[in-house]
Amino acid sequence: MKKVKIYVTLRESVLDPQGSAVMGALHTMGYDEVADVRIGKYLELQVDDSERELDVIVKEMCQKLLTNTVIEDYRYDVEEAVSK
Amino acid sequence: MKFAVLVFPGSNCDLDMYHAIKDELGEEAEYVWHDTKDLSGYDGILLPGGFSYGDYLRCGAIAQFSNVMSEVKKAAEAGKPVLGICNGFQILTEAGLLPGALLRNKNLKFMCRTVELKVVNNDTLFTSEYAKGEILNIPIAHGEGNYTCDAETLASLKANNQIVFTYNSDNPNGSVEDIAGIVNERGNVLGMMPHPERAVHELIGGTDGLALFKSIVKQWRESHVSHA
Repeated sequence: MKKVKIYVTLRESVLDPQGSAVMGALHTMGYDEVADVRIGKYLELQVDDSERELDVIVKEMCQKLLTNTVIEDYRYDVEEAVSK
Repeated sequence: MKFAVLVFPGSNCDLDMYHAIKDELGEEAEYVWHDTKDLSGYDGILLPGGFSYGDYLRCGAIAQFSNVMSEVKKAAEAGKPVLGICNGFQILTEAGLLPGALLRNKNLKFMCRTVELKVVNNDTLFTSEYAKGEILNIPIAHGEGNYTCDAETLASLKANNQIVFTYNSDNPNGSVEDIAGIVNERGNVLGMMPHPERAVHELIGGTDGLALFKSIVKQWRESHVSHA
């Protein structure tokens, strides 16, 4: 079994109103060093080993359902899942 | 003319849509549950507003894989009118029946009030009963109505006259080019954030939405008379 960690963010070209609001708050708090904030999503999948290649099905799932590629980018990491 | 009002778990404008068709327009309407596998008996498909599947993941993301959506695609390919309002618009973009996507409102607030809409294109089966440039008062109620698309898509929307409604002076959500509603290239699939089904009777604040439904029926009658 594998653990797939998927990170989804709005594409660079898309304005992130939540990120802008949070950056405004950080600046108000005095953290002027912060140049940009992008808010995204984190998904964690436990995937059983099968004859299908993991990279292929993860990309399929991301493109079909987990992200909207019109507005979002994604990347993912794979780890060995620790059996419970 | 017989309309299907699709009902997803979390739809909440289905009743308004049904009564707009049945009581104000005087046409047939039926609620159709999302797992239905046949829409061939309906002349028009309506995707109502609400929060299908709780808006989980993204608005409309999960609904796009309901059984009924492959039937909606068939209906669209067959040239039947398909209208998605609010969450229905979000579902149509997620399903790829309309280009672009709907983002969180620019001011991060859920906007619920009446806005002025401008009829940019009255040469569609949804807007023939309006005048070009006519200003309508139609309610909105959404948190994620900020329409966006890439520059290439925007150029093709303009070139094909696919922008149907824009917010007249006061854009409530930050959408690109003040877009409030678009059609597909063929012109038989309309998605819009405002709620024409909530503007069909004086008692609920106006009747500016009724002509949209009348346009659909008019076009259907004309095409079915000429084919008879």
